Amino acid sequence: MMPDKVAIRISCVSHQFGEEGEARHVRALRDTSLDVARGELICLIGPSGCGKSTLLNILGGLIAPTAGSVEVFGKRVTGPMPRDIAFVFQENALFPWNTVFENVNLGMLFQGVPRAEREGRAKRAIEAVGLKDFAQHYPAQLSGGMRQRAALARALSLETGILLMDEPFGALDEQTRMILGEDLSVLLSRAEKTIVFVTHSLGEATFLADRVAVFSARPGTIKKIIKVDEPHPRRSDFVTSAQFTSIRNELYALLHDEIRKTMAESSVSTAGGHAP
Amino acid sequence: MTPTGDRREARFASRAVQVTFLIALLVLWYLATTRWRVSPLLLPNPVVVLRDFWSILTTGEFIGDLRVTLTELVSAFGIAASSGLLVGYLISRSQYRIQVFEPLFAGIYSVPIILFLPLYVLLFGLGPASKIALGVTISFFPIALNTIAGFGYVERTLVTAARSMGASDLQLFRYVLLPAALPIILTGMRMGFTVALLSIIGSETIASLAGLGHRIVYLAEGMEMAPMFAYIVFVVAIAAILNTLVSALEARGRRR
Repeated sequence: MMPDKVAIRISCVSHQFGEEGEARHVRALRDTSLDVARGELICLIGPSGCGKSTLLNILGGLIAPTAGSVEVFGKRVTGPMPRDIAFVFQENALFPWNTVFENVNLGMLFQGVPRAEREGRAKRAIEAVGLKDFAQHYPAQLSGGMRQRAALARALSLETGILLMDEPFGALDEQTRMILGEDLSVLLSRAEKTIVFVTHSLGEATFLADRVAVFSARPGTIKKIIKVDEPHPRRSDFVTSAQFTSIRNELYALLHDEIRKTMAESSVSTAGGHAP
Repeated sequence: MTPTGDRREARFASRAVQVTFLIALLVLWYLATTRWRVSPLLLPNPVVVLRDFWSILTTGEFIGDLRVTLTELVSAFGIAASSGLLVGYLISRSQYRIQVFEPLFAGIYSVPIILFLPLYVLLFGLGPASKIALGVTISFFPIALNTIAGFGYVERTLVTAARSMGASDLQLFRYVLLPAALPIILTGMRMGFTVALLSIIGSETIASLAGLGHRIVYLAEGMEMAPMFAYIVFVVAIAAILNTLVSALEARGRRR
């Protein structure tokens, strides 16, 4: 891949929690390398504890890897990069004492956007995720799906080149998840964004991703990368196409062995605990 | 009927029972002193008590004692609140310090600290200083403990999210830690205030030179039962007003 086409370059990243010999020592990630192209949506999928969330936190500069390095737009990641990277977390990442509008506004305040610009950008981001009528609501007054839309609006308003999403729809029911997936696909086709998306769901990965990186069991590394050749925005009939089914089945076959391995390991020893 | 209507009706019903209960108590009190001839040395006639209460209010003879008690209360609460907030915040900044100090403080909080009063009287004398010292000791712990709980257990995702968006230390405190901790801290302050008031009036009745608690014991020792009861009514009223005021402030701080 040409260097200027690369948004994120992951080189030989390994990570372990705790020191060798400690009771809480966990090798979460081993020797993982990956290039993510500009404008690409890549899904990370794998058995629980395979280190995919850990890798996402390393990309975002929230965790420093034990070995290896990450470059974002050619700059080495050493801490959070709020100008280049925005996060959407699984849940509970909205400030409960602030309205949707205030939450979006606060993100830009942290990022350092001048006051004059903030209001317009907040309004546009909230409209883009379809929460225009709920801007003055508090998170507790919204459904789970709406809260994740609000979290997405906050991330979009930051206008970063990269969006890191850690199972953003993981706590939602299947129907809501499908609709949010479709809306996300539409949003992405408009915005030139590079996205790394962690998920447990095979269907979600197939529906959203340009490429799916399948992780092996812990200590995880990328086992295989599968391409999904279908332009965004993807419509709901893509789900019923032969291509979708064949990719989904391929992912299932790849994952199945790894999940068996994980389960066998965790039934032998429970001492390892699990990586956060 | 609507659910809110049901709830309002239920609340009204329980209020009515409460008021009836208080009125019944008053009637019983009145009957005991008139019909059943309980000695006025044990229980004075409520009408006489009311008259004495009125004269206490109108002559303003309570002002000296009230000033002493309120000064003690304000000093004790002021010192306990500022030190409790500071110490609690400093402890909450490290997981290790929370592990060390939280159980320690909770342990001390469960000890009846009033036991230290004789020691405090020896150290600080019979005047306000010993009451202030006791009030500070008692109200420091709920304030410090709730400050630790407020700042120490903020949802980690919120802190991570703020950091990932580039929040500075000051912004993190102002926009994340403080609003997360405030409701819990305010509850601690209200608890601290209530126990400070209790312990100060209580210790005035045990060993003191002035104050509302002192006045009540002084009247009891002189067998002046009607004015003593009138002062009890007065203290109850003052305590009710202060507690209502503090609860209102707490509710207002939460809503912010």
